[in-house]
Amino acid sequence: MDFSTLDLARIQFAFTVSFHIVFPAITIGLASFIAVLEGLWLKTGDPVYLALCRYWTRVFALCFAMGVVSGVVMSYQFGTNWSAFSNFAGSITGPLLTYEVLSAFFLEAGFLGVMLFGWQRVGARAHFAATLAVAAGTVISMFWILSSNSWMQTPAGYRIEAGRVVPEDWMAIVFNPSFPHRFLHMALAVFIASMLLVAATSAWHLLRQREHRPMRISLRMAIIALCALAPMQALVGDALGLNTLTHQPAKIAAIEGLWETERGGTGLTLFGWPDMQAETTRHAIRIPHLGSLILTHSWEGEIPGLKQFAPEDRPNSTIVFWSFRVMVGLGILMILLAFAGLWLIQRGRIHVSRPFLRCAVAMGPAGLVALLAGWITTEVGRQPWVVYGLMRTANGISPVTHQQVSVSLFLFVMVYCVVFGTGIYYLLKLLHAGPQHDETPAAPSSEPAVAGRHPLQGAALEKDASQGDGHA
Amino acid sequence: MLDLPLIWAAIIALGVWMYVVLDGFDLGVGIIFPFFPDDTDRQVMMNSVAPVWDGNETWMVLGGAGLFAAFPVVYSAVFPALYLPLVLMLVGLILRGVAFEIRARSRRSRPLWDLAFSGGSILATFCQGVALGAFIQGIRVVDREFAGGPFDWLTAFSLFTGFGLLATFAMLGCGWLVFKTEGELQRRMRRLMPAFNLVLLAVIAGVSLWTPLIQPTIAERWFGPALAWLWPVPLAVLACAWGLHRALSGGAERRPYLLTLALVTLGYAGLLISIWPNLIPPTISLWEAAAPESSLRFTLVGALVILPLILAYTAWAYRVFRGKVRAGDAGYH
Repeated sequence: MDFSTLDLARIQFAFTVSFHIVFPAITIGLASFIAVLEGLWLKTGDPVYLALCRYWTRVFALCFAMGVVSGVVMSYQFGTNWSAFSNFAGSITGPLLTYEVLSAFFLEAGFLGVMLFGWQRVGARAHFAATLAVAAGTVISMFWILSSNSWMQTPAGYRIEAGRVVPEDWMAIVFNPSFPHRFLHMALAVFIASMLLVAATSAWHLLRQREHRPMRISLRMAIIALCALAPMQALVGDALGLNTLTHQPAKIAAIEGLWETERGGTGLTLFGWPDMQAETTRHAIRIPHLGSLILTHSWEGEIPGLKQFAPEDRPNSTIVFWSFRVMVGLGILMILLAFAGLWLIQRGRIHVSRPFLRCAVAMGPAGLVALLAGWITTEVGRQPWVVYGLMRTANGISPVTHQQVSVSLFLFVMVYCVVFGTGIYYLLKLLHAGPQHDETPAAPSSEPAVAGRHPLQGAALEKDASQGDGHA
Repeated sequence: MLDLPLIWAAIIALGVWMYVVLDGFDLGVGIIFPFFPDDTDRQVMMNSVAPVWDGNETWMVLGGAGLFAAFPVVYSAVFPALYLPLVLMLVGLILRGVAFEIRARSRRSRPLWDLAFSGGSILATFCQGVALGAFIQGIRVVDREFAGGPFDWLTAFSLFTGFGLLATFAMLGCGWLVFKTEGELQRRMRRLMPAFNLVLLAVIAGVSLWTPLIQPTIAERWFGPALAWLWPVPLAVLACAWGLHRALSGGAERRPYLLTLALVTLGYAGLLISIWPNLIPPTISLWEAAAPESSLRFTLVGALVILPLILAYTAWAYRVFRGKVRAGDAGYH
């Protein structure tokens, strides 16, 4: 199979962004979770929260480093591979990215050092403030990236002058029509993904050691959070579907594998195989009227089929049909897991139910898989446009040679596999190891909130003494 | 009426300077790693930058994002021209960035992560130097697009600036470690610096003589009527180098780093003078390259409000981690 320069550039972007997004997805949720743990520790003085806080901070640090270095690649790729896009839309995506750097990257990076290394150097409250700053930074970062991406999906607030976009109304640009839905959807997705990771890790340890108190607490926290987040995600997802039907009907048709526009109520294809050449969905299992019901909230609502769009304007239905179903299927499993967990918590049996704990472990990566599947759906569903309706992806590429893109793609694949493969290995090792012994002090520490400048001195000094170079 | 493109050029120039000041020394620590094979020394060296490197690198991201926002044509015309050096720089930054996290956790593979840290730092710095050289020597742009070949960046001059930047950052790294360490390690850093000092002077001299030869506009700038105003620059360079030499033979702890910084700043100022008022040498001025006014104004509001805050909390973070770094300082791994 021959790849054009355009194909290679697209593969490179898809590959690097897919690798990248996994790490922010973990760190955005974990940062807030860590802040909650640290807050609980300050409030209650129970050392178990401190132990959990320090443990998840180590996981956070590893994922954060990988997120940072893979993220820098993304921002440079707009210039190297997609210069025509940058020249066309840079006046809008550039300022949004700059706001992200100014309001989020610096905040995270500036306070990360104190959050990780500052336990003995600042007071308990200053440390908590640093943790909150990092957590806020991660969410603000998501805000700007989602704004920029949403603008590419549903452009607003611009005019076109001399073949380039000129921004007119920044409120309309930042809060473009699909942004609120997409931001909420992503925010819930990352919190769910990290809570599933916490639940799986806790369950993994409880399967080996039933009375592991920190893990019992973190499992309960994660399950209760999921009970709120997972159903909320279903509602937000539904609202995003309606929004997409208004602004990007071709994407919806491709997701549903819908070719004809049906009068008087559209059915829903549960499963099938959309065939782009034959313009039909093979082996379809359909339920009448359900499509209208879900996507228009009415019995007879009309959904335009793919044949209403010119062949060169259709996204690839085979891919998005399935990526969407993977996302939704996993979402349903998450809701089931959360409520099964809640039921067990009420009976006080959650930490002893081995089938449940095994399910929780198995669902550990589900949030990340669903998140990737969701992004594949929305990005492939935007094609053939890079800026929806304004610029085709094929016109966004740089004047670079086939060799340049293939060499760089090869380099990135090699480096990513080795570096992030190792990173993921250490991540799993860390999850497997659980909190270190010295992170769970036996005796409750003395009133941390008023303990003065160095709340951790006792415990931490012991730790230093046992560790030599300060690293275990 | 505010000259928005000029203000933005100044902000980006400041961002790049901050990047050189801050990330220069932490890349430098990686560059001089091979001179210090002992594991404890290496841990101390790495710990001296571990709490701050991430914030330092963010200045580079700001430079990139600022160009994207304020001068999209630079982003879209220059980046394809510097394709390979930029990709290799990113690879280097990935390797060294991840090494910060993984080196401390590794056992058997530690030599490999040492290599990733120092090799990545060297690769990233060298590529930045090459990119800088290629940028100074000029980029062929036609109709807002890069119009040259894939290896236009590769010249004797760009390779020279690549090595030049390696020496510069190595010098900053040494100076930083003289400041942050003590005892034997500090003594060895001090011994390493005079040689780097000479190399750095040679680099500054080399670039100063070479650029007027390849770019007539630069020759005109320095040897034309402006000469009367510009002669303090080379004199200040000599004064700094002499001060540095004396500081190293004495026991000064801060001055080696600060004077190196002064040297680097003078060199940087010299380059800005050479290029002015172009944003893409040799022909595209910063006003021609500017984004629409609405983009410049919207982003400027954020920059003016947030940059002072960033400087304030960055300074606070450095204050928190002031003092000497010692073997056995608490980590979190």
